[in-house]
Amino acid sequence: MRLPNITRGLLAVIALLLLPVAPSSAGKTLDQVRQRAQLVCGVSTGVIGFSSADSQGRWSGLDVDVCRAIAAAVLNDPNKVKYVPLNAQQRFTALQSGEVDLLSRNTTWTLTRDASLGLTFTAITYYDGQGFLVPKKLKLTSAKQLKNAEICVQSGTTTEKNLSDWFKAQGIKIKPVVFEKFEASIKAFFSGRCQAYTTDASALAFIRSKEAPRPDDYAILPELISKEPLGPVVRRGDDEWFAIVKWVIFALIEAEEYGVTQANLEQMKASTDPAIQRLLGRAEDSGKLLGLERDWAARAVKAVGNYGEIFQRNVGSASPLKLPRGVNALWNKGGLMYAPPVR
Amino acid sequence: MNHVTATHAWLRRNLFSDAFSGLTTLLLLAGAFCWLPGLIDWMLLQAVFEPDAAACHAVNHAGACWGVVADKYRFILFGRYPYAEQWRPLLATAMLLLVIATSGLRLMSRAPLLAAWALALPAFLILMGGGIVGLSPVGSDQWGGLPLTLLLATMGMLLALPLAILVALGRQSGLPLLRGLCMLYVELVRGVPLISVLFLASFLFPIILPQGFSIDVLLRVQAGIVLFAAAYLSETIRGGLQAVSGGQHDAAAALGLDRWQAMRWIILPQALRAVIPSIMNSAVSVFKDTSLVTVVSLYELTGSLALALAGDAEWRSFYLEGYLFIGLIYWIGCYAMSCFSRTLESGK
Repeated sequence: MRLPNITRGLLAVIALLLLPVAPSSAGKTLDQVRQRAQLVCGVSTGVIGFSSADSQGRWSGLDVDVCRAIAAAVLNDPNKVKYVPLNAQQRFTALQSGEVDLLSRNTTWTLTRDASLGLTFTAITYYDGQGFLVPKKLKLTSAKQLKNAEICVQSGTTTEKNLSDWFKAQGIKIKPVVFEKFEASIKAFFSGRCQAYTTDASALAFIRSKEAPRPDDYAILPELISKEPLGPVVRRGDDEWFAIVKWVIFALIEAEEYGVTQANLEQMKASTDPAIQRLLGRAEDSGKLLGLERDWAARAVKAVGNYGEIFQRNVGSASPLKLPRGVNALWNKGGLMYAPPVR
Repeated sequence: MNHVTATHAWLRRNLFSDAFSGLTTLLLLAGAFCWLPGLIDWMLLQAVFEPDAAACHAVNHAGACWGVVADKYRFILFGRYPYAEQWRPLLATAMLLLVIATSGLRLMSRAPLLAAWALALPAFLILMGGGIVGLSPVGSDQWGGLPLTLLLATMGMLLALPLAILVALGRQSGLPLLRGLCMLYVELVRGVPLISVLFLASFLFPIILPQGFSIDVLLRVQAGIVLFAAAYLSETIRGGLQAVSGGQHDAAAALGLDRWQAMRWIILPQALRAVIPSIMNSAVSVFKDTSLVTVVSLYELTGSLALALAGDAEWRSFYLEGYLFIGLIYWIGCYAMSCFSRTLESGK
């Protein structure tokens, strides 16, 4: 009969609920990745330029290249990555529960996320900010003129909160019109439902050029109302893995600084510059300190190129997004990209 | 009889029998005239059928861009399943559909049909999962598209129905504890949306389970769907059981059948028969509810469509055509179920 089954089931559920929540990391992500010979990377369900799958299911994008670089450094093969597409609601749970080794999914680094979710942000791979797209016929020159305007926005991310925060601080009343789906939100905006559309600046230019019925009828306002530093996230409590992810990204940035590219990597290995020798594992063995092979950084650059190359290929001039380097340029070229020295 | 007068009589009888029906016919015709040319123009005449994004953008939504389906159909139908191995989900889906169709059309008698199901389901799982007979293993988290939708819906109904019958019987049981438990289960599960059951199955379980001990996410989600569907179905079946008149119980007892025999041979067949439309209703809704598993990162039809388009600069703006395509797939599925339900009801 059903009785014993149901009772047993209920008891099992109650017992499970009473179990203390297990620490979210056993501290051995590197071993697990090596053992299964595969990096499991949490990515987005499709953000142009950052992570998206093509018709054959192959992933590409800036966030994807970070995964590939880490797989190259750890496993010596950038293709040994399994991509798990995650939406905004499930991304952190997937990382906490160990479903993914790494979350490389255009996720904004904030104090709350860093301090309360059992996660740690590693390094910043893209500095984004939130902007506005408006129809030119409204003759707006600043977001501050959007008094009483209806503004189309997508829910479920930091975008919606930034919008209300910023206008509250300015003492301006606006009416947010919230949509759950991206398609619905831009459709509404381009059919005249709202006077402005807001989202991350990295997406705005593309929305204007590709989704607008007539791109010239729309303009992007100069204000960026938020800081959106995006970067990979790992579970808390595995410092070894945290260091690996962080330093692979730093190495990619430093490779750009020293002019090491995918193409000239082999020549650069013969360079006499001590900094390059260190970076490429010709001088002291920095890999040993991270638990990696000596040429970990060289492998990463060989797989995906330096940070500048990754940028150009996925979101920069060689991509459909055509974003300028802007604040994402190197620190010595007027940007914010600065890596601590690999030494 | 003269052909023209026959047509005339038919028109008169079916479309213009009185002033009201005549007016309705005219209004509908007028509506079709306003609406159909535009639709045909959009769907066929101005449409782009080749997988050519530039041509689609040139048409600028004045015509449908079926090219998006032509370019992405493999991703939409099979999701994240490894591209080179997609003959496996194709074969598995075809096989499962064949067995379902065979059952629906009653082409086999009971014993071979049961055997076909008993073979088809393991074969489906082996084809999809691999790991033996030379097939490379493909984790269930990478299954997607139509096979996933079919698997979740079919297994959901196949397992929910017996469970629902047991629960419905439990709620009529003379044992108060059993009755209470069954009622608790039904009320608890019906009281929460499916989406929260899925979240629970997908996210809460791995966190509360001990480290290193995990149950496959597909299995957890499937169990969630079965439990959810069974709660609704059991109420439907309970309604059927109550519709069987008390005299049937007495008649069965008079024939010397014990309670279980009476239930098996007299009461249940009548009860189930009475609620076929409602059961089919549940089947249709389970089929469509499988689209909710997208929220827990299983990418069935709707999920794999979103995945295929969201990040694609060229094709993203043609999501409507994509949704129409999978809408058609869902409609075919649901319509087939309706037809099946009608043949069951007519008792052929």
